[in-house]
Amino acid sequence: MEAGLPHAARGRAARLGALVESREVLGWALVTPALALLLVFLAYPFLLGLWLSLTDSRIADPGRFVGLENFRYLVGDAVFRLAVFNTLLYAGVAVALKFVLGFALALLVNRQFWGKRFVRAAMLLPWIVPTSLSALVFYWIYDSQFSVLTWALRALGLVSRPINYLGDPDLARASLIAANVWRGVPFFAIGLLAGLQTVPRELYEAAQMDGAGRWAQFRFVTWPLVLPVSVVVTVFSTIMTVGDFQLIWIVTKGGPANATHLFGTLAYQRAIQGGFLGEGAAVAVFVLPVLVACVALAYRALRRED
Amino acid sequence: MRGVARLVGFHLPLGAFLLFLLFPFYWMLVTALKPNRDLYNLALNPLWTWSPTLDHLHRLLWDTHFLLWTRNTLGISLGATALSLATGLLAAYAIGRLRFRGSGLLGIAIFLTYLVPPVILFVPLSRIVSALGLWDRPAALVLTYPTFLVPFCVWLLLGYFRTIPQELEDCARVDGASRFQVMRYVTFPLALPGILSCLIFAFTLSWNEYLYALVFLSSTDQKTVPVGLATELVTGDVFQWGPLMAGALLGSLPVAVAYSFFVEHYVAALTGALKE
Repeated sequence: MEAGLPHAARGRAARLGALVESREVLGWALVTPALALLLVFLAYPFLLGLWLSLTDSRIADPGRFVGLENFRYLVGDAVFRLAVFNTLLYAGVAVALKFVLGFALALLVNRQFWGKRFVRAAMLLPWIVPTSLSALVFYWIYDSQFSVLTWALRALGLVSRPINYLGDPDLARASLIAANVWRGVPFFAIGLLAGLQTVPRELYEAAQMDGAGRWAQFRFVTWPLVLPVSVVVTVFSTIMTVGDFQLIWIVTKGGPANATHLFGTLAYQRAIQGGFLGEGAAVAVFVLPVLVACVALAYRALRRED
Repeated sequence: MRGVARLVGFHLPLGAFLLFLLFPFYWMLVTALKPNRDLYNLALNPLWTWSPTLDHLHRLLWDTHFLLWTRNTLGISLGATALSLATGLLAAYAIGRLRFRGSGLLGIAIFLTYLVPPVILFVPLSRIVSALGLWDRPAALVLTYPTFLVPFCVWLLLGYFRTIPQELEDCARVDGASRFQVMRYVTFPLALPGILSCLIFAFTLSWNEYLYALVFLSSTDQKTVPVGLATELVTGDVFQWGPLMAGALLGSLPVAVAYSFFVEHYVAALTGALKE
């Protein structure tokens, strides 16, 4: 076959073959499709978001450059300030609880017991199922009239009246944090469990020989060795919790009286529902410092470990 | 005494955890099976029903768009998964194996994109989606889901490629195989388990997505299961809880089954990748 090709074509094919054999050319050719997707639908919107936050753009109107006007407005906006407070409270409390409970759960399942496989599979369910669907279940659990939680508390004699979980600002915040913790505990548990399993048995034996009690073993063997994984899991979860949207939007829509608005829900309300793209983009931009701080902290913590 | 210690220190806390983590699923199931007259009767014990019914399921399937939403979600998830897996696989191979100039930096850049949460992107993306004429069309999601699926696939596969000895490729090269042939006949078949878990994760992540589906699709018959249930069945009408919980149960089922085999692998890959 090859012999039949005209000279020039054969030369071209050979050159093409040589090009494909080059690491550089083949390498860039193979990453191009993925890179193109990420540039158009991730890098570009990221920059566009920064730009929009500096404009008074509306849904159907490109708007014009207004400098830091959106940010100046937001800093003075009571609802936005409340959203900052809510986000810090929500992420701070939820991540701390998820870490403590997840660690406890990881320690519990990191031993031999009957039914271990079942327990490990079952405990992951909250994290696996679509959050929007589990959010609906919490919406139902927090129903003001037919809440099963209220029924249980009544049966235990702890309350006498129905509780309006989502009608009171503090209760609504606590309810959402509980739902977020429910969903996130398995992630911490499985991540930390993976970390725990890398701790060599001999270290515990050596520590026992040296007379270390349970607490000392945890403090001086377990903790230092699972620290890197803890940092990684915590950072990841913090970013996701600060950027949470669906749980809040489905259960409270940011209410009551804006008490549960996070950056994501407020940005959605202002940009998509209200049509103020520029302002909404500016709200979303506030997630960025948190993101950068998290990555920087993690980087430093992990560097120190090495 | 040891038995008591084990009970207090182990079985009780573990039982409490399982109750906390699994109760919402039980509540989903009971609600989905309970007739309305029991569901909204405060005098009864809500944790059980003596007259289970499939009425809610029936309503969900035949009186709502649930089946259509399921079909939409399936199509979108398959499309986004195929696109992400194909592009991610090639990119991961290039970055992990060809080590061309700039590949290390590219790997880190792609990983960083994985940390960008969708809440930062959805506002500008809404503008891009409408500029491309994709508003209210499934293609909007098939094209935007890769923004979180591709980085994820690349990182998972990079880790997987690392477990395949370089010598195998070198041998094939010595025997005269081209780089393409090495990739196609040596590395990819060996990476099949990694590719498979990538496929499952990408599919379930697409299946679960909510924010982009909420923003970019608006007509009832275009919606996905997560958005459709939460927007079309929550109408303030109390009597929707039965079908709603039936839908939550059915919508969770495929993902739960798929994930249960792979989830430890997923977290290991994730934490492994983050530690790099």
